Amino acid sequence: MDTSEDILQQASPDLVRGSGTARRTKPARLSPSFVSWLQAGPMMLVFLAFFLIPLVFVVIVSFWDYNEYQLLPAFSGRGYTDTFEGCIAQLPDLCTIGRTYVMTLKLCFLVWAITLFVGFWVAYFLAFHVKSKTWQMGLSLLCTIPFWTSNVIRMIAWIPLLGRNGLVNSGLVKTGLINQPLEWLLFSEFSVVLALVHLFTFFMVVPIFNSMVRIDKALIEAAYDAGASGSQTLVNVVIPLAKPGIVIGSIFVITIVMGDFITIGVMGGQQIAAAGKIIETRVNALQFPAAAANAVILLAITFLIITMMSRIVDIRKEL
Amino acid sequence: MTEGRPRSFYVLAIFFAAYVLFLYGPMIAIYILSFQGPQGGLTFPMNGVSTYWLSKLFQGTGIVDLGAAFRRSLLLGLVVMAVTVVLSVAAGMAFRRKFKAQSILFYSAIASLIVPSIITSLGISLEFRIIDDLIKGYFNENFETSMGLLTSGLGAHLTWTLPFGLLIMFAIFNRFDPRLEEAARDLGATPWQAFRHVVLPIILPSVIGIGLFGFTLSWDELARSSQAIGAVNTLPLDLQGLTTTVTNPDIYALGTVISAVSFAVITLALGTIHMLNKRQAAKGSDAGKGLV
Repeated sequence: MDTSEDILQQASPDLVRGSGTARRTKPARLSPSFVSWLQAGPMMLVFLAFFLIPLVFVVIVSFWDYNEYQLLPAFSGRGYTDTFEGCIAQLPDLCTIGRTYVMTLKLCFLVWAITLFVGFWVAYFLAFHVKSKTWQMGLSLLCTIPFWTSNVIRMIAWIPLLGRNGLVNSGLVKTGLINQPLEWLLFSEFSVVLALVHLFTFFMVVPIFNSMVRIDKALIEAAYDAGASGSQTLVNVVIPLAKPGIVIGSIFVITIVMGDFITIGVMGGQQIAAAGKIIETRVNALQFPAAAANAVILLAITFLIITMMSRIVDIRKEL
Repeated sequence: MTEGRPRSFYVLAIFFAAYVLFLYGPMIAIYILSFQGPQGGLTFPMNGVSTYWLSKLFQGTGIVDLGAAFRRSLLLGLVVMAVTVVLSVAAGMAFRRKFKAQSILFYSAIASLIVPSIITSLGISLEFRIIDDLIKGYFNENFETSMGLLTSGLGAHLTWTLPFGLLIMFAIFNRFDPRLEEAARDLGATPWQAFRHVVLPIILPSVIGIGLFGFTLSWDELARSSQAIGAVNTLPLDLQGLTTTVTNPDIYALGTVISAVSFAVITLALGTIHMLNKRQAAKGSDAGKGLV
């Protein structure tokens, strides 16, 4: 394994010579910038057609009017006024949208804090304690494989464990710790947070690990030699140098949870309101402008969070 | 510091092991439960062991038309994989030189990755609705819809897989030695020959990695498909629909079948990558062998 990297850096002379048989200089080479356009153009077109233009449509449609069953392409703020209905009248109580965003931000914060804690220590273990490259790769792979399998399956996998008659409840009842099965284990805020942590800690582990393996081990030796304790090294050397990974991981987790409606739906028993779920509900009711208005609000809040976080680190430099 | 392992190693090793158990434990539970006996329910204990629920699934007497959804998901996954690989490698090559609009493409990819899926999905569905209305209004009144598996569905999945493909290409070319290509050019290779015979063989293991991401992310995709797939459902959508209604272990059986495909693809891809790495290690260089 160790040598394969070195060999990767060298091309086989055979291969190069083999291709040389058809040696022929073309009279007119394509200009480099034209080639770049040809190479990058198709991907750009996909993003244009299926991401950028759709976003523009979301913004446009959010200002359209609607009735029970169709879109009316005329300017109207109804999507927004319907969304914020009662927000002023009900003061000082929060209106529906306000309560929903408080709930979403609460879930977001809990999931962020837990994934950061778990992700940081998992990455730390992989980067600093696993010395052999083969083991490092094997264990990273072990953490990655679930990411390649279905999210819904990983959600419903909690049902036999957390359900009313699930393993956890029957175990607790048997040991006599509780008399009745706990009801808050499944289809609750608890199970939503648990499932989100289960699904998305991966997004924290990868960037943090990526930052950590790039830390020069000599720096840690130096801190040790200069008399720093383990925790001082952690706070003053490792965490500052791992900061880019922490920020990128945080951006991933926060944006995923902000827009999530599937995990919150399935694990919350379709009972918990969240920012993403409002959009889904509005679409199901065919109220597209209201759905689009909610999408614009969600996008604005997400964008705000990302800008605040990317102030801390230049994403481009870290890839 | 170098002798023995510090105590923190053991603490963190246990933490890591607990994390891995947390990752895999529940999944393994449902794989086991899909072999429930015919009278078995949704939770442990097992009520006998049988392949009753799995065979029920394949007979089509179960909850969904598994065969059709399975074929649709497979088709879409393969198309997404192929397109992701080709477009990512091409764009990755472009990023090795400076070109105009470089940062636009880069930020589009990052934005596509982090803008909440439901918004992208809603946007695509609105876009296709408006296209439909235009076609109906100006060309053909009887036109049904342009939304579908390989139009809006494909596009929705690509907005999710392409950023991963592009980021993997960045990682590859960060480690790539450009002198190899220069050497090939010096020996008279055309740009295409240099790519085909020098660059591609070296990056091939990672390119298979891109294919792995492309297929598995599409195969399991849900949030982006939800509004943009049109009238037909993919397998994960069917599965999600079942979570609210089903009280039998069929849902676990379906989950097990979907996971089996994922694991088959993962094994195939990792096996191929491993084989290619070994081949490169064995045949990639004749340095020090006294040839030439």
